[in-house]
Amino acid sequence: MRVLSFRLNGDDVHIAAPDHWTLLEVLRYRAGLTGSKQGCDKGDCGACTLHVDGKSVLSCLTLAGEVVGREVTTIEGLVSEAGPDVVQDSFDEAGCLQCGFCQPGMIMAARQLVTENPQASRDEIRDALSSNLCRCTGYTKIYDAVEDACRRTLASVDSPEGPAGGAEPRAHRNGVGGMAKLDEQPAGEAS
Amino acid sequence: MAGGIERKVINTTHGPDAPHGDFTRVGQRARKIDGIGKATGEAVYTDDIVLPGMLHAKTLRSPHAHAKILSIDTSRALALAGVHAVVVGSEMPVKYGVIPWTPDENALATDKVRFIGDEVAAVAAIDEDTANAALALIDVEYELLEPFFDPHKSLVQSEPQIHETDARGQPYKKGNISKNVLLEFGEVDAAIDGAAHVVEDDYVFHGTAHAPIEPHCAVARFGSDGVLTLWSSTQIPHYVHRALARVLEMPAHRIRVIQPHLGGAFGGKSDPFSLEFCVCKLAMKSKRPVKMLYTREETFYTHRGRHPMEMHFRTACDAEGRVTGVDSKILIDGGSYSSFGLVTTYYSGQLLTGPCHFPTYRFDSTRVFTNKPPCGPKRGHGSVQPRFALEIQLDRLATKVGLDPIEFRRRNLQAENSQTVNGQTITSNGYLECLDVVEEASGWKDKRGKLPFGRGVGMAGSMYISGTNYAVYPNDMPQAGILVKLDRSGLAQVYTGTSDIGQGSSSVMATLVAEELGLRLDQVRVIAADTDLTPVDLGAYSSRITLMAGNASVDAGRKLRKQVQAAVGEHFDIPPQQVMLAEGFAFDREDGERRITSQQAFELTETKFETLAATGSYNTPDRGGDYRGGTIGASPAYSFTAHAAEVSVDTETGEIKIEKFWVAHDCGRAISPVQVEGQIEGSTYMGAAEVVLESHDVYSDESHVEAGLHRRPSLLEYTIPTSLDTPEIDARIVESIDPEGPYGAKEAGEGPLHGSIPAVANAIYDACGIWLTELPFSPGKVLAALRAKQGETSAPSPNGKASADTSVEAIRARLAAAKKGKS
Repeated sequence: MRVLSFRLNGDDVHIAAPDHWTLLEVLRYRAGLTGSKQGCDKGDCGACTLHVDGKSVLSCLTLAGEVVGREVTTIEGLVSEAGPDVVQDSFDEAGCLQCGFCQPGMIMAARQLVTENPQASRDEIRDALSSNLCRCTGYTKIYDAVEDACRRTLASVDSPEGPAGGAEPRAHRNGVGGMAKLDEQPAGEAS
Repeated sequence: MAGGIERKVINTTHGPDAPHGDFTRVGQRARKIDGIGKATGEAVYTDDIVLPGMLHAKTLRSPHAHAKILSIDTSRALALAGVHAVVVGSEMPVKYGVIPWTPDENALATDKVRFIGDEVAAVAAIDEDTANAALALIDVEYELLEPFFDPHKSLVQSEPQIHETDARGQPYKKGNISKNVLLEFGEVDAAIDGAAHVVEDDYVFHGTAHAPIEPHCAVARFGSDGVLTLWSSTQIPHYVHRALARVLEMPAHRIRVIQPHLGGAFGGKSDPFSLEFCVCKLAMKSKRPVKMLYTREETFYTHRGRHPMEMHFRTACDAEGRVTGVDSKILIDGGSYSSFGLVTTYYSGQLLTGPCHFPTYRFDSTRVFTNKPPCGPKRGHGSVQPRFALEIQLDRLATKVGLDPIEFRRRNLQAENSQTVNGQTITSNGYLECLDVVEEASGWKDKRGKLPFGRGVGMAGSMYISGTNYAVYPNDMPQAGILVKLDRSGLAQVYTGTSDIGQGSSSVMATLVAEELGLRLDQVRVIAADTDLTPVDLGAYSSRITLMAGNASVDAGRKLRKQVQAAVGEHFDIPPQQVMLAEGFAFDREDGERRITSQQAFELTETKFETLAATGSYNTPDRGGDYRGGTIGASPAYSFTAHAAEVSVDTETGEIKIEKFWVAHDCGRAISPVQVEGQIEGSTYMGAAEVVLESHDVYSDESHVEAGLHRRPSLLEYTIPTSLDTPEIDARIVESIDPEGPYGAKEAGEGPLHGSIPAVANAIYDACGIWLTELPFSPGKVLAALRAKQGETSAPSPNGKASADTSVEAIRARLAAAKKGKS
């Protein structure tokens, strides 16, 4: 058991958890954030995808101890005072939320893509979402949703209100496509 | 199954017409009522529920495929610190089964285990780690029995019996046979033997799993007031409610079953499951709430997936291409328990008699028990497998006659307002339009027989039920009930027992009530699938909800609309029928300027009629054939689908790539077109996966140390398709307005899976002249078929491809020529 200090959806948190617990377990069982889903608990399905320092990671394969000193953004963290993030809203608008169980992970993967490449082609979208399994939709309407989010993001860049996307101020985005590995220690890590 | 009960049609208020001429909500591309909550992570699924003091439970499973249990000693587990309760089978000895005629399951094994993974004991502890540690301390003594992995062996060898007793506890008399159905309609042999063209072949459909992304989960609380509450990831809360009362030997009124948001099911959560009984019993023993979450591996052993079938089919037609008869003999591998197997056995024949008409028909289907994870209903229950065989046979006949496959199907239409050979009533039928749509959309006429070698198009058709006319257990009560409450807040609250499993049933109910009462969707809220709060609905299976609960919704909404119209009519001093409800207002139909808000209208109505609520019900009309089993497969309305697929076959590696699907589905009136498209896309995706990727099977060599173990019990190994594996799907809606459906609606959730599989098989023939008959279509099977073809010296086929030399050298030469031609 140790106390884990990290930044969670914009807040500094200190959470005691057994050493062998994954980030997903800490979020679901200690932090009360159940938006990240457990579909396989072994890195196959992607339902637990979230962002660590702006990069998509599988929280079921990430030991909670690895995020000490880092910035974690979950599906709940995408919602700002202004409401749901543009990607969340596009997923709803496109009608791709059937059972919805894969969607928190899918949306986190899509959020990273929309941030990094809002001009993504359909093939690039397919590629970026290929770590996230969906069993309901056949993916078609998910592509529509991501294309819509890209369009809305590009349109809002030139608007006086600035870029769309509630999560932008909260997460430091420096990742690349696909799942990231947490192999570098963040600066100033305490333990 | 009706058992001679006199049935009455309760609901006569449904029908195809809009309340006021034009629809305001139905047919709109609206957002789902629960979409944004799922996108933000707010939606609560069963595993998201945490109750104060909650314990975590795990299940001990059998390591043997077939064995007697000699003894179970749980004392060491109970002594472990942190363990609060242990339960074994003898504490819940009453057998159950979703089909009341075949109760052969125990919550936990009592005397024997029947597959690797069969549930033996369960532990509740302060956390999962402790519960897992306790499982290792339970001592079970087994006496091994000879296992059955091959269905052919089960067919002929009755000892040792997998199930030794029947539903009445008497010795089981059918050996290891679960169910046999032999039905014959007309003189089949004469019709086939005397026909101009006959095709005869064997087909193999393998087992596949549902693999919803949410694993099974259940949470139970046993209150000091003696009320037991179960939250479960089930698609049949009502049947679970009944099964809990039976097995726990408790009055049903002391049990409450709630289905939270559900993370996918596809038929895989439509049985009562061991974990549901176990968390209840453990909560009752420990006096603490208890949760159990299956691991992904456990979901593969829990299974209830698509039955493997070995099918022998004979189909014949006359010289003009009119089908004269169909004859099938099917061996069904049921796995270790009955589940829905009785129905599966009937469905393997009963659901095949449209959209292709045939005047004579016989099917002889036998389901056997084996020591494998139990099979059950997966999307397109029982009929996806024989549909695969039949639609290939139809294409083969078309080839023999020299007809285009689409033209062949037009010629053999089971028309609207007709009776099928087995006595099912077809009401609306948009199949011809479906054929037209896929023919046009796919560019069929420019492609069929005209694409370069290795590339081809194929098609297939299908039909499916919109619910079954008879409930799983015989009764004369409504199949669907609904309660709608209005009040002065302006809100319509819909209480429905239906299970929204992602298919969007709650949004459909909201849309229908909003249509009747002239409300916006945000003025309607739905409370669903809570046996304390919601009227009984039989659940999300056999594609029944839109038609059945939809009719009940329209029924309740219509009753309330009459009251609102009466109250507002009085207020405006106009006749009630002159009051129109739309878009959140009540209008004077003659003078659109005279209007009040829905909230004001409801105030007037509540003043006039006092507290406002109405129930709605639906029961099915009497349908089906007049013979034993003739009601199984009878539905109030049938959906129709046509699939076209374009494929590439790499004749060097044997790899098949599905390039694209075009699918047209006749769902009657599309209440929510976006959701219908989603069902078409999702069904087709799931079917495509069964063609080339997925296979649920266990190691079956009896002498092997791993015999009975699942070969691929993870999502990585089982390979459900990623975005990169999924072909493009062009989904089109055809609306034949059905007289029995709510505003004419039929099903959309299962029908559009069927044709996706044979359409690929038929496209492969067009691509390279081989008929693949054994799923999944692996590269090895493709190469073997090409090699076999190479040995033939057949006459040229209509498209000139079937006779092509398929030696590797010749193929290479052709590919090179084709490339040269293109560049």
